[in-house]
Amino acid sequence: MKDRSVGSRIRERRMALKIRQAELASQVGISASYLNLIEHDKRRIGGKLVVDIAGALGVEATLLSEGAEAALISALREAANVVTNVAPELERIEEFAARFPGWANVIRAQHQTGLKLERTVETLSDRLAHDPELAAAMHEVLSMVTAVHATAGILHENRELEPEWRARFHRNLSEDSQRLADSSQLLVNFLDGAQDAETRMASPRDELHSFLENAGYFFPQLEKGDDIEAIVTGSELLHSKGAHYLAREVLADYAINAKSMPLEAFEAAHVDTNGDVAALAEIFSVSLAAVMRRLAFLPKPILNQDYGLVKCDMAGTMIYRKELKGFSLPRYSSACPRWPLFRALQRPGQPLVQIVEFAAREMEQFECFAVSEPQGRPQFGQDTTFTATMLITPNAERKPPEAQVGAACRICSVETCLSRREPSILVDGI
Amino acid sequence: MRVLLIEDEPNIIEAINFILSREGYDVATHANGHDAIDAVRDRAPDVIILDVMLPGRSGYEILEDLRGDAALADIPVLMLTARGQSRDREMAEKLGVSKFMTKPFANSDVLDAVRALTAHV
Repeated sequence: MKDRSVGSRIRERRMALKIRQAELASQVGISASYLNLIEHDKRRIGGKLVVDIAGALGVEATLLSEGAEAALISALREAANVVTNVAPELERIEEFAARFPGWANVIRAQHQTGLKLERTVETLSDRLAHDPELAAAMHEVLSMVTAVHATAGILHENRELEPEWRARFHRNLSEDSQRLADSSQLLVNFLDGAQDAETRMASPRDELHSFLENAGYFFPQLEKGDDIEAIVTGSELLHSKGAHYLAREVLADYAINAKSMPLEAFEAAHVDTNGDVAALAEIFSVSLAAVMRRLAFLPKPILNQDYGLVKCDMAGTMIYRKELKGFSLPRYSSACPRWPLFRALQRPGQPLVQIVEFAAREMEQFECFAVSEPQGRPQFGQDTTFTATMLITPNAERKPPEAQVGAACRICSVETCLSRREPSILVDGI
Repeated sequence: MRVLLIEDEPNIIEAINFILSREGYDVATHANGHDAIDAVRDRAPDVIILDVMLPGRSGYEILEDLRGDAALADIPVLMLTARGQSRDREMAEKLGVSKFMTKPFANSDVLDAVRALTAHV
């Protein structure tokens, strides 16, 4: 899948039907070499010729000119890659997605459920191997069983035991059996919690994201200066202590931004400045990253503009994100190192702006603003760490892209990339 | 025959101490990992019973030090662990453990193991 161009779709469809180039060319009244140029995107094609070729290939013209939705197709491709014992007709994947969008979405949904379950299993086995709480509970139980077992053995095997020893071992036995009862109760409680799979399995960060998504990243209560604690403890989506902690942090930042950039004034300034991040920072005397977060957390109906956001630390770990349609922010795998987000970490404090487009989807472009800021107040004699924040917004007027990026290596179609971490599952050049 | 028991659970100490003392062993105990090596030097035991999970330092670290010290390297070590995973056993074997036993154990097993480890002394 070099790209999702008209030419490649024609070629794909023609080859699926086993029609030779010359044959198709003569049917639509052009030369074979001209068709070859079209198929390799060396010539632009439009209007009547697309309709004629579509007719000859027996497909809707829009399927050739627009293709099916790219995201759906990469999901299908990913799903196909997982299954090894059947051979889906990869060369007709676009046709399938376009003709049976419902079924294609069923496959996508099932594939995503599969991934989620896989992830749950991973978390579970990881938990058994590495969860210190579980390991400690287990160790306590085994230690007590060992002591009880050894003491009971002594009492049983030494019927003629001196009374003072006997009394001592009886006392030990009583103590240890009590501790055993307590520790096994703890262990049971711990394992019982696993029944509530959704809450036990989700990491605190997953909980945070369900919480933020559910609120649409917008908290009208905080705009009025309400209590953060009430929101955090009142939420049914935040269960773990870890999630409470993360939510408090995000909401505290939200509250500060809501105070320094009051809703109405910010809305007006957003219109006046045409969404200029730097100008807004100037007007409200706040940092660029604060403006980015304020923009991303306000809903589209208020700002009349879609914003996505991602914040990471120096280890590249995503702290939180707000999805933007078309800009894939991988949930579990790692992101693309070519995102301006990561370059911002290399140039602390330097604001960056870049038009990016995803390798796999032509036409869609995004304007990305990224900046890094220190975590906490920098101190003499102490290494400062930084977080980077990147604001993403759809780019309305198409410009020459300044960078091609991917979502994650596995689903990226860029053939030669120095940053590639793992092979792509996308089939090249069909 | 001197046994040094390095274990932090008091009632396990008491039970093992009792079982071995009954059989005529001279048992000393030590309850933490920090200075376990010093205890071994002071006591010069014929066999060491070593728990893996100790406060301060793990039994593995202590075993590694013992095997790396020419004066202590030959003392047989019976290792006790609450985790019977093959990974733990492999690790103990790589470090030169003489015998490996998982908790809970039968009293007779400990006794047999100590007897076997001290047979040639």
